[in-house]
Amino acid sequence: MAQSTPMIEVENLTKQYPGRTAVDGISFQIGRGEVVGFLGPNGAGKSTTLRILSSFLPATSGTARVAGYDVFREPDEVRRRIGYMPENNPLHLDMRVREYLKFRARLKGLGWRRSRERVDAVLQQCGLTEVAGRIIGQLSKGYRQRVGLADALVHEPDLIILDEPTIGLDPHQIRSVRALVKELGRNHTVVLSTHILNEVEMTCSRVLILHRGRILASDRTEDLTQRMSLDGRVVAEVEAPAAQLLEAFRDLPEVERVELEPLDGNYLRLSLVPRHGADLRPLVFAEVRDHGWPLRELTRSRHSLEDIFIHMTRGKVRED
Amino acid sequence: MSVFFALMRRELGAYFNSLTGYVVIAAVLLLSGFSLVDLIERIRQMPYDAPVTELFYQTTYFWLIVLLSAPVITMRSFAAEKATGTYEALMTTPVGDWQVVLAKYAGALAFYLLTWLPFVGVLFSLRQITGEAALFEPVIVAVTFLGIALVGSLFMALGCFASSLTRSDIIAAMVSFLFGIGLWMLGYRPEVSGVVPAWAVPALEHMSMTRHMEDFSRGLVVGRHVVFYVSATVLFLFLTHRVVQSRRWK
Repeated sequence: MAQSTPMIEVENLTKQYPGRTAVDGISFQIGRGEVVGFLGPNGAGKSTTLRILSSFLPATSGTARVAGYDVFREPDEVRRRIGYMPENNPLHLDMRVREYLKFRARLKGLGWRRSRERVDAVLQQCGLTEVAGRIIGQLSKGYRQRVGLADALVHEPDLIILDEPTIGLDPHQIRSVRALVKELGRNHTVVLSTHILNEVEMTCSRVLILHRGRILASDRTEDLTQRMSLDGRVVAEVEAPAAQLLEAFRDLPEVERVELEPLDGNYLRLSLVPRHGADLRPLVFAEVRDHGWPLRELTRSRHSLEDIFIHMTRGKVRED
Repeated sequence: MSVFFALMRRELGAYFNSLTGYVVIAAVLLLSGFSLVDLIERIRQMPYDAPVTELFYQTTYFWLIVLLSAPVITMRSFAAEKATGTYEALMTTPVGDWQVVLAKYAGALAFYLLTWLPFVGVLFSLRQITGEAALFEPVIVAVTFLGIALVGSLFMALGCFASSLTRSDIIAAMVSFLFGIGLWMLGYRPEVSGVVPAWAVPALEHMSMTRHMEDFSRGLVVGRHVVFYVSATVLFLFLTHRVVQSRRWK
């Protein structure tokens, strides 16, 4: 298949369960080498979409192609090219790590010698070498997650699909799994689903926001954050006479609006909304320094994907 | 082919990675041992012409062991994988549906045969004790084991089918036990039950597993018995395959 075909092409994909539409006519493309996050609350249709892409479930209507192969008509071609880690990372808990990975490598069509080489390679890559001989059921959740990742990688797939790769892990384990995913993104196309917005921000170059089976937004992670952080409100806590403080900032061309709010003692909370997204922090600092006012806090609120998400889904809910 | 063996090895290995396998083997050995002791005791009181092994396969003991062990051996094959989610991981590898069905069936059948293997030792020691050569006639032992294998083949296929229908291994075991005992009872002396209409008796007699086993334990390979087990096995494997495939129709 030519290198120019997109890794994933989805057109009007719909999946209906009795009495419920899980995926509602979505269309998108994912290019080779992209790291894309599917973001959405539980029940948004993330897992269903990933299951269709991995040709585990058939779609009700619409088409999906992976590396140019139709997921319904050519499932074996598709499965050979993807490394899929299902939701909750199911593993054979009674098997040993190396034994399990070897078994999976054989299922994915690797020969005896090749599977040995690849298992050694992924054990190393996922930091599993020291637990290779242990029974999976006796490993910590963090290690199990790495076994799932190693399984997804073992046959050197073009596309890696991870359904909620960090769910149920402690912060330390989450960090190590994210680092692994980020590293995978250098050489593979990666699609992951999550409901943690932070995760997408940290690991993905592009984000698809899903809600009730539809795509709400599809954008580069940076652009999306940028778009939503234009507001960029600056908050400072200053000990100064209210009238002077108001006067100092009210007429500046960079400032759209000024709000004041009394705090404990003589402190006031100064809240500034900038014009055209300017960063007002240096300006505030300069003013305060010139007047010799004590300053105990200076921050610029930055919109996280969390805000974007809540903002968008709220609008959607109202529409419905 | 290598994929098939990798899968089958995994199926067989799963019995020995947990206690299930050992418990089933121990239970089969214990039950067959008990029943032989009981039989020998009875024969001592009322002598028979036939060798004791032949009588063994005609008793309900043998059938009790087969009917009870088969559901336990096969219940996990599909149901447990569906419950833990490993089924999804399995079915998203480039493995064919037939490969999965046949490997699971072959794994179960191989384990079932393993559970009967120690019984060869029991026969051998019986001969040593009694000095009766007929007890360990190689042809008879071989044909008897062919019978055990054919009966097992049918029950394993039936069990795999039951297991493919559900995600609960308990339900799978119950369903395969009910199907199994139902199938067995259909052919159990239909002429004496009184409820079977006369015209159906000859047909049901063909399905009488107890009759089949009588012939096998005498060293007789009867063509239509073999055809019965092979075709019933194929039928249940086909049904299992349809259930596995049905995922793609929904």
